[in-house]
Amino acid sequence: MTDEATALIAEYWAVGLFTIAVFTLCALMIGAASLLGGRSYGRSKSLPFESGVVGTGNARQRFSVKFYLVAMLFVIFDIEAVFLFAWAVSVREVGWEGFAGAAVFIFILLAGLIYDSRVGALEWAPRKRGQSPDIVTDQ
Amino acid sequence: MSWWTPQVEAIAFALFQALVILIAAVGAGALLTMVERRLLGLWQDRYGPNRVGPFGVLQILADMLKILFKEDWIPPFADRTFFVLAPAIAMASLLLSFMIIPITPSWGVADLHIGLLFFFAMAGINVYAVLFGGWSSGNKYALLGAMRASAQTLSYEVFMGLSLMGVVAMAGSFNMREIVAAQETIWFIVPQFFGFCTFLVAGIAVTHRHPFDQPEAEQELADGYHIEYSGMKWGMFFIGEYVGIVLVSALMVTLFLGGWHGPWLPPIVWFLLKTTVFVGFFVLLRAALPRPRYDAVMSFGWKICLPLTLINLLVTGALILVFSPAGG
Repeated sequence: MTDEATALIAEYWAVGLFTIAVFTLCALMIGAASLLGGRSYGRSKSLPFESGVVGTGNARQRFSVKFYLVAMLFVIFDIEAVFLFAWAVSVREVGWEGFAGAAVFIFILLAGLIYDSRVGALEWAPRKRGQSPDIVTDQ
Repeated sequence: MSWWTPQVEAIAFALFQALVILIAAVGAGALLTMVERRLLGLWQDRYGPNRVGPFGVLQILADMLKILFKEDWIPPFADRTFFVLAPAIAMASLLLSFMIIPITPSWGVADLHIGLLFFFAMAGINVYAVLFGGWSSGNKYALLGAMRASAQTLSYEVFMGLSLMGVVAMAGSFNMREIVAAQETIWFIVPQFFGFCTFLVAGIAVTHRHPFDQPEAEQELADGYHIEYSGMKWGMFFIGEYVGIVLVSALMVTLFLGGWHGPWLPPIVWFLLKTTVFVGFFVLLRAALPRPRYDAVMSFGWKICLPLTLINLLVTGALILVFSPAGG
């Protein structure tokens, strides 16, 4: 067996052991704590924490659609960032042609970002008085 | 011995390395819980934990024993599977990323070609910990905290990858060892200063540290996503957070400060020294800065950091092509 092959196999073993050890550690910590801990019961113990007042309704409720918008923006920009990863790692190989492509791509991204910012997709604070009413998102 | 061939020895040494690195990572995370409180005490003109053992070192042991014997409470209104899964994800995802960090020329678990991408993947999985924990708790505060936390982390992950692409372009590889080797003459913090700044911001945000600890916002959300957690499961979220601090510090050292490179001292000392400086910086940030408003945090990420990383990458690409094109 060559030295390189040995090194590769040793690395696989190390990666395998590391992964298994991490999962085992997590399982052990959760398992040990559930065996060792005490148990106590109380009348109000099974209520969700609500800063001392009795809660109303449950937690399966609606929340601001703004978070959904952020998730969509994340998908758009992160997927596009992945294309730039491919360019970054091969920047010398693809030369100026690749650079021109990447530049166009980055400027389109920036234009998209400016557009998002102009339509108010990135605004979290409540609208100020006197601001133009064409902002589409409403809290 | 006939079975103890050089191959077996190589494998045994690799396994030994993996275990030592894992124990060191968890140990550093645990030690940090005490060191952080001591440092905060120092900077806030008080003592911090100094009763258990010399200088309070044994506080970790005391905390660990206490937390192990706490009641392991799973709320009856919670979704059991995800409630238990969340702290395990929080800890495992960041611990696994330690595999790709080259500590010295001969130490390190995995020498992956996709090194950096593995870290991005694990940082992405880490978001699920917060989301699962907050959603499965069945508590309104936890839900709101989790939504906030994941929106913030997603926003900062968008440019985390881009902020490192300047480094990747200069080194021409995702492989961490090649990135370190490329810094033999000059540390990447000099040519990639904006990349360094934005990655620092993104790294702090991904580990939910001050000033980006919106998820925990105790004044508004009474602790956010881990409000219903107690005992060891709560502890695992925190060990995960501290492991994240060590991980981001080690990554910053590897990517921007030349890893193990340095004069006179042996490589391992340089690596540990640089990492310690960053860990101290993380704690100093917590001691020094107030928490900004949520909308300020979000617009800082989207409107300043993201365009900055895009332009930084473009300029880096242009400069590489001008000064050191392929074969030049």
